[in-house]
Amino acid sequence: MSLVNYLVLSAILFSLGATTVLLRRNAIIVFMGVELMLNASNLALVTFSRMHGNLTGQVLAFFVMVVAAAEVVVGLAVIIAIFRTRKSASVDDVNLLKS
Amino acid sequence: MSALAAGPVLATLHAGQASTGEAILFWVLAPIMVLAALGLLLARKAVHAALAVILVMICLAFMYVAQDAVFLGVVQVVVYTGAIMMLFLFVLMLVGVDQSDSLVETIRGQRWIGLLAGIGLAVVLAGVVGRATFPPATGLDSANDPSNPEGLARLVFGSYVFAFEAVGALLVTAALGALVLTHRRRLTPRVGQRELADARVKAGAVLTPLPAPGVYARHNAMDVPALGPDGRPLEHSVPRVLRVRGQQADEREYAARIERVLAGEWAGGEGSTALATTTEAVETPGSDENPPPHARPDVGAPVPGAATDKPAQEEQG
Amino acid sequence: MHTLTAFAAALHTVPAAAIGPAGDTDLSGAGVYALAPALIVVPLLSAAVLLLLGRRTDRWGHWLGVLASGASFVAAAAVFLAMLGRPSDQRVIDVNLGDWINAGAFDLHAGIRVDPLSMTFVLLVTFVGTLIHVYSVAYMEHDTDRRRFFAYLNLFVAAMLTLVLANSYLLLFFGWEGVGLASYLLIGFWNHNTPYAVAAKKAFVANRVGDVGLVIALGLMFSHFGSVSFATVLNAHPSEGVATAIGLMLLLAACGKSAQFPLQSWLGDAMAGPTPVSALIHAATMVTAGVYLIVRSAPIFNAAPDAQLVVVVVGAITLLFGAIVGCAKDDIKKALAASTMSQIGYMILAAGLGPIGYVFAIFHLVTHGFFKAGMFLGAGSVMHGMDDQVDMRNFGGLGRYMKITYFTFMAGWLAILGIPPFSGYFSKDKIIEAAFVPQNGEDWRAWVFGGVALIGAGITAFYMSRLFFMTFEGQKRWSKKRDGGDQHPHEAPRLMTWPMIVLAFGSVFAGMILASGSRFVDWLEPVTGHTEGDPVLPTWVLIALTLAAVVVGLVLAWRRYAISTVPVVPPVGTLLTRAARVDLYQDSVNNGLLVEPGKHLTRSLVYADRAGVDGTVVGISRLPVGIGEVTRKIQTGFVRSYAASMLVGLVVLVVVVLAVQS
Repeated sequence: MSLVNYLVLSAILFSLGATTVLLRRNAIIVFMGVELMLNASNLALVTFSRMHGNLTGQVLAFFVMVVAAAEVVVGLAVIIAIFRTRKSASVDDVNLLKS
Repeated sequence: MSALAAGPVLATLHAGQASTGEAILFWVLAPIMVLAALGLLLARKAVHAALAVILVMICLAFMYVAQDAVFLGVVQVVVYTGAIMMLFLFVLMLVGVDQSDSLVETIRGQRWIGLLAGIGLAVVLAGVVGRATFPPATGLDSANDPSNPEGLARLVFGSYVFAFEAVGALLVTAALGALVLTHRRRLTPRVGQRELADARVKAGAVLTPLPAPGVYARHNAMDVPALGPDGRPLEHSVPRVLRVRGQQADEREYAARIERVLAGEWAGGEGSTALATTTEAVETPGSDENPPPHARPDVGAPVPGAATDKPAQEEQG
Repeated sequence: MHTLTAFAAALHTVPAAAIGPAGDTDLSGAGVYALAPALIVVPLLSAAVLLLLGRRTDRWGHWLGVLASGASFVAAAAVFLAMLGRPSDQRVIDVNLGDWINAGAFDLHAGIRVDPLSMTFVLLVTFVGTLIHVYSVAYMEHDTDRRRFFAYLNLFVAAMLTLVLANSYLLLFFGWEGVGLASYLLIGFWNHNTPYAVAAKKAFVANRVGDVGLVIALGLMFSHFGSVSFATVLNAHPSEGVATAIGLMLLLAACGKSAQFPLQSWLGDAMAGPTPVSALIHAATMVTAGVYLIVRSAPIFNAAPDAQLVVVVVGAITLLFGAIVGCAKDDIKKALAASTMSQIGYMILAAGLGPIGYVFAIFHLVTHGFFKAGMFLGAGSVMHGMDDQVDMRNFGGLGRYMKITYFTFMAGWLAILGIPPFSGYFSKDKIIEAAFVPQNGEDWRAWVFGGVALIGAGITAFYMSRLFFMTFEGQKRWSKKRDGGDQHPHEAPRLMTWPMIVLAFGSVFAGMILASGSRFVDWLEPVTGHTEGDPVLPTWVLIALTLAAVVVGLVLAWRRYAISTVPVVPPVGTLLTRAARVDLYQDSVNNGLLVEPGKHLTRSLVYADRAGVDGTVVGISRLPVGIGEVTRKIQTGFVRSYAASMLVGLVVLVVVVLAVQS
């Protein structure tokens, strides 16, 4: 089996995550879509690391995980804060950008 | 684990080529992951979506291990599945379920744009991967020489130590940020147990336990009101549910008997007067309107005081 | 202001050298001629005082006005006497008042030309003007704005004197506009009454049309002669084409000011002003400024026979027009206005005849100034006695109640009819005779214009007799007063009757005195020139025919309006009567030919401005707005939309990179 299969799987998971971000309104699910995208990229990094025989890819994936953890903490806090004021977790309700 | 064990053996031969076991693992896990990812996209309930993501992440952990990234596989389970996704579930419980879980699209054209963009992205990425020519896979045997965590540790605490420190700082900052974001300033005075109790007394609530119903020898039932010290039935001794349902016993029936007892048939005149004095001494709600029981002229006639009671009226009505 | 200071400077210095009798060194009368600028300055100062001091002068302001006008008359009489003392060929005196406009090739001195023609006008204006000032003191007694009225009257006198005394066409134009302004202010004196204000505006606008002609004439003069002073222009001997062009433009100006066809429509409405105004401005003086302009420009017209022909035609048309309209008017003032129009038509006709008619045009102007002013004052007196009624169908038999008005009016009536020996006979008969003289050897002109003048005399006799009989003879047809009471016609106070009496004397004797021994002809001849011609018919035949026409008109009027009952409600009348009642559709024609097309032009210009000019500007500004409107839709405010655009952009970028690389 070629290692390219891992990369294709990674691409499919990434696309599904991106589609989730685009199509779901629940902020938490959107967030999970982002996590899925991060994980897909991690898979690709690990695969590249194996291909090149270099652990740097794994180190990068490790950092991605840590940063993702930080991001989730802050992101969920933001969602909570918004939910408290607006009683809604829909990303469509936060449209102050439109004047 | 079998892959882990078989990995180094095969790697020596093929230098990074996937073994058959790994291929089987991949082809079992990959459909599950894609289906779970689709579940994230399509699940109506957020909890289901979270569970699907957890499934994907556990599968990913297997794949990391299969790809000689043992440390990452463990970290994936611990950090992602164990911490991050649990955090997600907590927040889901906190936020609850609302209309945003609905799959009905509200932005015009967004669904088609999203689908096309997603499919396009998949096709483009797959195309890139497919078109790219990779050198023959090297494998991680030499890099993972003593062990995979040790190799990672050399890198993390060696070349990438500054990045590692920065990430640590980032984590602390993120934790503080979460605290700040979720912190609420108290705008009203704190309401504790004592304040609640004070408020209740101020509102005039009954502080003592309510009297138990059914104190009569013959009618020791929940639907019969207890008697007060003055011998009159206590309305609120009957459970509220029964009162609301109208399943209360007719107190007038008992009142008549009580009148008789109070009139002296059961005890002497002394007892009667003693009772009367106690009646006058004890203040019960509504006693002003009702004349003392012994002063009532007719024995067996409907008691005016009982007739004026609210539940009795309700029964009549 | 410039002019005023120039006048004032001239008054202070009174330099003998500045007063240069043309080609004469005898300065014996110089001191008196220095009074000439004062003629203008005194009423002007009075007007300034009355207008600037305002209500503080309410108590004595009217007498100041009378005094100023009277002082002007006295000065004019002094200058006149001094002029009489000179030989007849030395009576043209230019009084230089200093530099006025000095720009490049254009060098104009403000100056006054005192000659028999201007003196005639000055005497008429100051004399009749003073009488009317006196009359107005009583007539306007109950008007709270009497002081303002006198200010305007003085302003008018100053402007009119500037007009006739100017020694250049530009200064004449200055006075010309001044009288237009005064006329506007006085017609609209009761401007709280909307129709009156509208009438004032109508007069102003119609006059502006004529003024354009004068401005063009000024431009032509400057471009061809390099100057607009009388001295240059009148001695320039222009080519026929230039003279015709200038002449026609001057005629246009005269038509506007003198209410001649086709700019006649404003005069009838101008009767909205107080009656003294009608008498002074719209009968005696201002409306005759057109005649003055043509006579003053005699050398130009003499060089342009075609222009002269047009002048005669205009005069003849207006003569008949006014006469016909006069026959149908029931409003006494409007009938008199129509008559004025018709009489000025006679003057214009005479002025168009050339040297043979100039003198008689001015002669008729003078006599007309007397008798028409007298009749207007009489009409004012009637209105005074009849609660401001003007409808003659509600008069009748007034002669018994206001004797003085009756007799003074009768003098004017007989004068305008041309009954000998009243003054109109001497002037009008001469015009008819002159009209019968063949011009350029063409007999048809004599017959046509002479015939029109003759017929006009007959019609004049009819409508003036109609006016007289309807007002003073026949039965009483009085309506109630405005307050519901009965009419009590009474004679006007002395301040009003005396001017009427004086003017009546003028109506009776002025013609006789001036005509005897061809005194007036000799007086004016040095300025205008004079020739005699032989009419196509013998003179006595013409006189007999004229008198016959007059008698026929008078008898017809007598039968219809004196001895038979005059209906209070006007009968339907013939087609001509109905047309005449609406001034022969002059307003409809003006509306249809000028006002409506003008409105359409304005609207289309506005449309072109909005659609073209504004449209371009607004369109340019709308372009970015439109682009913004379109791109605004992309900014939905939804995070997911932005994410979608980012993702689409990413896909497109990758595709492009791949396509470029491969």
